[in-house]
Amino acid sequence: MRRTALAIVLMVACAGGSAIPGAGGRPPSGATYSDSGPAGPEPMLARILAEIEKNRLDNALLQTEALLRQYPNFRLGHLIKGDLLLARSQPIATLGNAANAPQDRLSDLREEAVVRLHGYRHKPPANHVPRYLLQMQPDQKHAVVVDTRKSRLYLYENDTGAGGRPRFVADYYVTHGKLGAEKMREGDKKTPVGVYHVTSSLSTKKLGDFYGSGAFPINYPNEWDRRQGRNGHGIWLHGTPSDTFSRPPKASDGCVVLANSDLDALARNLQVGLTPVIISNEVEWLSLDDWQRERTALDRKLDEWRSDWESRDPERFLRHYSKDFSTRGQTLEQFARQKREVNASKQWIRVRLENRSMFRDPGKDELVVVTFDQEYSSNNLNNRMKKRQYWIREDGTWKIIYEGAA
Amino acid sequence: MRPRLPTPLLAGLPARLPSLLSGLLLGLSLGLSAPFAHADNLPEIQRLMKQGQMPQALEKTEAYLASRPKDAQGRFMKGLIFTEMGRPADAIAIFTKLTEDYPELPEPYNNLAVLYAQQKQYDKARTALEMAIRTHPSYAIAHENLGDVYAKLASQAYDKALQLDSANTGAQSKLSLIRELISTSAPKAPARPAAAARPATETVRPATPAAEPAKPASTPPAPAAATVATVTPPARPAEKPLEPARVDKPAEKAPEKAAEQKPADQNAEADIVKAVQGWAAAWSRKDVKAYLAYYAPAFQTPNGQARKAWENERAQRIDKPGKLQVGVEDIKVSLDGDKATVKFRQHYSSASLKSSTGKTLVLIRSGGKWMIQQERVG
Repeated sequence: MRRTALAIVLMVACAGGSAIPGAGGRPPSGATYSDSGPAGPEPMLARILAEIEKNRLDNALLQTEALLRQYPNFRLGHLIKGDLLLARSQPIATLGNAANAPQDRLSDLREEAVVRLHGYRHKPPANHVPRYLLQMQPDQKHAVVVDTRKSRLYLYENDTGAGGRPRFVADYYVTHGKLGAEKMREGDKKTPVGVYHVTSSLSTKKLGDFYGSGAFPINYPNEWDRRQGRNGHGIWLHGTPSDTFSRPPKASDGCVVLANSDLDALARNLQVGLTPVIISNEVEWLSLDDWQRERTALDRKLDEWRSDWESRDPERFLRHYSKDFSTRGQTLEQFARQKREVNASKQWIRVRLENRSMFRDPGKDELVVVTFDQEYSSNNLNNRMKKRQYWIREDGTWKIIYEGAA
Repeated sequence: MRPRLPTPLLAGLPARLPSLLSGLLLGLSLGLSAPFAHADNLPEIQRLMKQGQMPQALEKTEAYLASRPKDAQGRFMKGLIFTEMGRPADAIAIFTKLTEDYPELPEPYNNLAVLYAQQKQYDKARTALEMAIRTHPSYAIAHENLGDVYAKLASQAYDKALQLDSANTGAQSKLSLIRELISTSAPKAPARPAAAARPATETVRPATPAAEPAKPASTPPAPAAATVATVTPPARPAEKPLEPARVDKPAEKAPEKAAEQKPADQNAEADIVKAVQGWAAAWSRKDVKAYLAYYAPAFQTPNGQARKAWENERAQRIDKPGKLQVGVEDIKVSLDGDKATVKFRQHYSSASLKSSTGKTLVLIRSGGKWMIQQERVG
């Protein structure tokens, strides 16, 4: 039956396996989706597809028109509308039957259809959380986690009432770099993978239409990136031009781009200088038990480090540092020598850590970014600072590979 | 609901020519005679139009309408004249009003759509054509036009999807304007030069009026019933429907089914089925002579057309290049003496069109031979 060709194409496209363990497509109960109420673009797309599968093309067209009334610049919607109209006068073979269409734009829209529907059908698994969100500091109200492969941005709330457990709030379709993720060099048109945070909010008036309703730069390259020799700059979360509802999954020069309405919804939850933005190739989900275990182990490690510092025994303290440790141009050896000297003059040391956050890095290395307010006092020095440490898995245990002021 | 159009019309559809004016559809689709009863001046207007004398044609039409301002035929002509004069806004106003006054007429909707499409208002064109088809589900010209409009709309949607600008490359609309309402009283319109290549092809949809016996309320007075066929109600046990019989052995099944019937009726039913199948077969092999021979001298031509004119038209339609296949299925015969009402599914298939419609033939027995007295869709 010729008319079902479109449906078959979409079904095949969307049958791509879910990498989310236990993702049954059922959203966690109690969650709210600011972009996916019944009138969101993806539920509407899914309903349109369902009508096409049942060969109710008239209904499908009506719903597509409703979709376009709501999102007039939704190019994928227009493509489906074109197909549904064309299906009335000739057989259609696939999604997007425009004669002489530029193939790259067509495949962009097909990919968008696939990832959007996949994103709709494979919501984050209930009782699982992104591995990266080990602990948010109390004043971080939300955290952003991006899955570049799925073209999805997840917003989590810091549920302080539940011990700082991340609670899913919403997810959005996003665009990332033309040439994918794992940015290394300026101009490589890739999106960085790592643990970042929002550093500022740029006024849309100064930016021009291209960035849509807002822009939120993040701190790429971070300490770890620089250590790895990564460069480039100007990685932002931003919106879309006024004539564009959404851009293809891979279209930016490295930024993470959201539909303006989604960006607006997201922006209400972003705290400049505070909100973590963790960008991954593919989100790893942990059951709450596993998540709790990992968090507790790291928490304990941090406390050991703190109390070993207080012990004034430099060797106990220094065992927490990786052989590859470096800070401010110091090697581990130089750092150790200095610590030994300093500790000799100390009669007592007290260290307090507050506002801890711990985010696991989504990159290849087993790395956790720990940030806290450190209150150091001793018989001859008092110091308060915000410190950031990178802990790495080395010889079966967690060690500090970098630390510095945050 | 309006009946479907008989397939002969569909078979006779022209290939659409690029010219806006080429798609003549001549004839009035309604079973209404009253609003068109005084069409005496219309041939003259048509002649003037044909000669391109639009101001004169307009003048005549105004005069014609002066005494009967509601007349659909005259207003329709006026809309056509405005169209030809390049006054689309006036033409649109006229056709729009016609759709309001005569919502059951498909032609004004179709022509509105043509005008909208010319202005690239494809959404409006689509709505109008969908209305035309709502009133006449098998209205082939409207279907073809709608196909074009859908393609245009699809192309616009693709442009938006892919950020193209194909407006400059877009071909001129090829939608077919319908040139005349089909009227019981309308004389057969002379073919325009542009249409000469396929003369009067879409002229009349035979039997359409007959097929719509009950459309009174919203329309002007019904015609004098000349074309309204009464379907003989099944009244006797003998009139059990037959199984569809095969052409080669039509009588085999009948005796079993009709075992209790009188032998004469059994034979009659078999003969009738044979006649219907023979009629379809003659049509399929484009044997015009044999095909026409199935029609009784008393055949009620559509719209009361002259027999000869009707025969010519049928001949022109049937004798076209390309394969043609007419099949019948689910034949049900209701017999009443020398009169039989036969209902069946007619599967029509030509190079350009496939359709499947219900059809009713009323046959009368004359000289031992069953011949068609009425033909209608539904």
